[in-house]
Amino acid sequence: MPVGRTHRLRHLRVFRGTPEDGGELVEYSVPVQEGMVVLDALHWIQANRAPDLAVRWNCKAAKCGSCSAEVNGRPTLTCKTRLSDLPEDIPVQVEPMRTFPLVRDLVTDVSWNYEVNRRITPFTPPEDAPEEAWRWQQEDIERVQEFRKCIECFLCQDICHVLRNHETRNPFMGPRFLVRAAGLELHPMDRADRTPYLRDGGGIGYCNITKCCTEVCPEHIKITDNAIIPLKERVADTYYDPVQVAWRKLFGRRSEGGSGQPIPGQPSADGS
Amino acid sequence: MAEIHTSPDTLPAVSTRMHTPGGTALQGLGRTSRRDFWWLQPGIVAAGFGAFIVYSLFSALVWQPMFHVPYEVDGYLSPFFSPLIQPNWLPWWISPAVLILWIPLGFRTTCYYYRKAYYRSYFADPPACAVGEPTIHRRYAMERAFPFILQNIHRYFLYLAFIPLLFLWIDALYSFVNTGPRFGLGGLVLLVNAGLLTGYSFSCHSLRHIVGGRLDCFSCSSLARVRYRAWQRLTGLNQDHMLWAWVSLVSVALADLYVRLLAWGVLVDPAIRL
Amino acid sequence: MSRARDQYETHAHDVLVIGAGGAGLRAAIEAQAAGASVGLVCKSLLGKAHTVMAEGGVAAALANVATDDSWRTHFRDTMLGGKMLNNWRMAQIHAQEAPDRVRELERWGAVFDRTRDGRILQRPFGGHSHPRLAHVGDRTGLEMIRTLQDRAVASGLAVYMECTITRLLTDGDRVIGAIGYWRTTGDMVVFRAKAVVLATGGIGRAYQVTSNSWEYSGDGHALAYEAGAELIDMEFVQFHPTGMVWPPGVRGLLVTEAVRGEGGILRNNENDRFMWRYLPDERRHEYAETDSEASRWVEALREGRQTDARQPPELSTRDNVSRAIYTEVREGRGSEHGGVYLDISYLPPELVRRKLPSMYEQFRELAGVDITTGPMEIGPTCHYVMGGVRVDAETGASTRTGLFAAGEVAGGMHGANRLGGNSLSDLLVFGQRAGVGAAAFAKEVAPDKPGSGELALAGTELAAPFDHHSGTNPYRLHAELQATMQSLVGIFRTAEDLETAIERLGELRAKWATIEVSGPRAYNPGWNLTFELKNMLICSEAVARSALQRTESRGAHSRIDHPDPDPAWAKRNSVVSRDGDQMRVGHSRLPEMPAELRELITP
Repeated sequence: MPVGRTHRLRHLRVFRGTPEDGGELVEYSVPVQEGMVVLDALHWIQANRAPDLAVRWNCKAAKCGSCSAEVNGRPTLTCKTRLSDLPEDIPVQVEPMRTFPLVRDLVTDVSWNYEVNRRITPFTPPEDAPEEAWRWQQEDIERVQEFRKCIECFLCQDICHVLRNHETRNPFMGPRFLVRAAGLELHPMDRADRTPYLRDGGGIGYCNITKCCTEVCPEHIKITDNAIIPLKERVADTYYDPVQVAWRKLFGRRSEGGSGQPIPGQPSADGS
Repeated sequence: MAEIHTSPDTLPAVSTRMHTPGGTALQGLGRTSRRDFWWLQPGIVAAGFGAFIVYSLFSALVWQPMFHVPYEVDGYLSPFFSPLIQPNWLPWWISPAVLILWIPLGFRTTCYYYRKAYYRSYFADPPACAVGEPTIHRRYAMERAFPFILQNIHRYFLYLAFIPLLFLWIDALYSFVNTGPRFGLGGLVLLVNAGLLTGYSFSCHSLRHIVGGRLDCFSCSSLARVRYRAWQRLTGLNQDHMLWAWVSLVSVALADLYVRLLAWGVLVDPAIRL
Repeated sequence: MSRARDQYETHAHDVLVIGAGGAGLRAAIEAQAAGASVGLVCKSLLGKAHTVMAEGGVAAALANVATDDSWRTHFRDTMLGGKMLNNWRMAQIHAQEAPDRVRELERWGAVFDRTRDGRILQRPFGGHSHPRLAHVGDRTGLEMIRTLQDRAVASGLAVYMECTITRLLTDGDRVIGAIGYWRTTGDMVVFRAKAVVLATGGIGRAYQVTSNSWEYSGDGHALAYEAGAELIDMEFVQFHPTGMVWPPGVRGLLVTEAVRGEGGILRNNENDRFMWRYLPDERRHEYAETDSEASRWVEALREGRQTDARQPPELSTRDNVSRAIYTEVREGRGSEHGGVYLDISYLPPELVRRKLPSMYEQFRELAGVDITTGPMEIGPTCHYVMGGVRVDAETGASTRTGLFAAGEVAGGMHGANRLGGNSLSDLLVFGQRAGVGAAAFAKEVAPDKPGSGELALAGTELAAPFDHHSGTNPYRLHAELQATMQSLVGIFRTAEDLETAIERLGELRAKWATIEVSGPRAYNPGWNLTFELKNMLICSEAVARSALQRTESRGAHSRIDHPDPDPAWAKRNSVVSRDGDQMRVGHSRLPEMPAELRELITP
């Protein structure tokens, strides 16, 4: 860390330990510089007090989503949580993400997320997709682009009470992967239908839209309003809307969406 | 040195591990490392809804049958009772509101905003973000199973909700002429209420889905482009769905209260009669 | 679960890819598609590689915005930007294949911003004569890595996350695998492979002020060097002109060139648009002459129409803009915190937020500055190393049998200075080529088993830092290394500084040999840093020695004692290789460019 004027000390209580020893909060005093974030303080502790303090971090610019932790009980990226925004009268408490199994200190085992991700059907363009460069309009992809801002910090997974507090009988993919699924389902060129998976293997019904995921998202993705609820509505179209279900039974396809959709940029029926 | 394991392992492997990650979060109602007043917001919401529920039950079901305070006075009809249906077989002690009130009640109960609010404030599921829940409901299946799976019929309550909404507009507009031409505060109150309820209905997530959310491609036909523009408008309204939910809830209660106070004789409607 | 020290696990693959950024993922996808069994090893979690930080876009002559763009003009810009020191064949392949690689990403699910007629939108960037960078707002790298990551995972290749590689396994002059350890347990792991692809990125962590993440410790450069491969052009370290300078904790953090691409103006503390004074004479005609011509260009860009106005002076090449800013600050015309001002606030706030969303957020949240209402303070930051492993342009093969390299770790493509946007396309083009090359090589050869001596040595190396009691703290050693490189091997260099640096690096190397680490092996960042320090020390020495050797100024290499380009050095690549325990520095003849390509550059 660059050396500069140090003003005063801040007290941090940092979780140290392993699953075997259970861990404890250890207190450190850290000299504070202007604009300092929690991750800066953790680095100071590493360099000066505890060289083996386990912290996962990469870019320190809120772009890679590695340094997730719980600061004063709230899941957050430590690289963009400024010390000056935290109450001065109490020590800053830093704990690992509690929803995931502990590895050591502030590092948790997030491999569960990668397992869940693999079960989602990947991007599936139509078989008759044009050979030449694809065309679509900006408005066709604006929704998808919002979902693709996700940096996979897993804070939404951490704070989601279904993953945090419940013992579900069936799998639940969590907000992060509902966002990924929405990015595929709403893609103008994707033809796979993930609604059966969303209902069963993905467990979208476990989400009771209490919006904590939206509150913690560092990329400000409106997870609940723009990803989960539209997917819930699509699942309702397929399974819970009697008129739509009857339509499918009669005509053998969804009234809208799914495999029968037009390919963007291609001449369509109305000649536009 | 000894080699212990030779396999082209794949990671992340699809395994039969637990359905949830299995971490070390504090369990049990209210257990958290949060240091702020996390209980404040769910507390205020619980109190606000509670006040509305008590008042609306009293007003819609009890006030007229038991205390004989009418819900219609001087050409103004309380929004709880619109459209007014009074079949002969309805016993005196059952308020005609029950014939109509189940629609807005169902609409709001299955509403995506209200669900968030009451799951947090009344079910403590969760009480607040990163705060422990009562261990008693750790295993329940939420919106995957009865009864909460019924939330999926929200769109049908939306369709139905347009019926009383239409009547509220008619009531409000009609109140300017039904006792002779007049411009009364009561008419204004009913008009504002109808407007706010319209805002709430049009900011509904299901409506946004039906209008444009079902489409994957917004530019693929001229109809899709029209629907996209409508979807954009509804998306703008939808961003403030919570606000619409609260102001329309308060306004409907105030509109009812205003009519009741007129009927009770506590207030006199300031009006310009032509 | 810890296991006994003398046990280790082994994984065998046809192709082992080290590094899971853009190049590594692209190579792995290609090798897997060619029928090879592929293992992909990365130091962090999958999807966190430094590629996510690339912002501005990927350069490819799609000709969607400027219809007269072509691979020929892209090739010309790249060669001129690299001061003609590029490997011409790499630059040619790059310019020719980049459009296909970009379109392919879209077929794998990427969603680039669009032109009005629905094609991939392209933005202008420094040194590019045409708007050429396909982009997604200012988070193009994230889009790219997520697309590649999803594709790779769906293809079923094996991913080994959070695994640090400390040594390549060799048999004679052939590379046959790698050894490393799991970060979460500290246990040793052996990968046997017929071919190894290095895709480990750059060396920026050797500098104090850098835009690079902690992973950028020159691992691949050092692994290749240790295994006997040649490194070229190591003196060329790019300092990006625009990094944040305040607050201290984010000093060096990248401010995308897209800010200037969208019309950002550089000014000093006298409110002077100083870039007018720093345009090189031979390219001055490519830039606007007046403020009003520059603003006409910005306006046309915003409205998406063609214009005869030329681009603003801020879009000069990175080496040039960095030197300009450095000079302004040194001569006392800098901003409050030692940078200069970059202003985009004259554009409509709505436009700034839409075109540069993550810059808007970055300044608002980390510096408390609203870039739609006021200027940013910026200064040069260490960003990229043009030098790297010498590779064959067609296949990415290094000078060591069985060892391939792609992306930033490979040298030659960018010559003396890289153009913005050319690195993302480099990752895709040469990642794909290295994947093909490695898979083809793996088909030809039989697997080889590492000797037990090498394994035992690796095990000892891993354990050694825990046995030392010198009191040398890896973090402090790192800080000393960074201070040395920053002050002595920075933007402007002299023989005296470089000699001092080489001497100090020798002292630091001696200290490193007795470095002390405490704590357990499981996720111990201090322990991990010791291996990275070794790599950084090797790379730093290579940079300093190559810089001392090149007695001229060219591109990103500026010698105060040799301020002009030297025609003799125009035909030479510096070459670094290992000679026992010594570093050997020399040079080799730049490959001769065919006449028809030379005509493209000077018609």
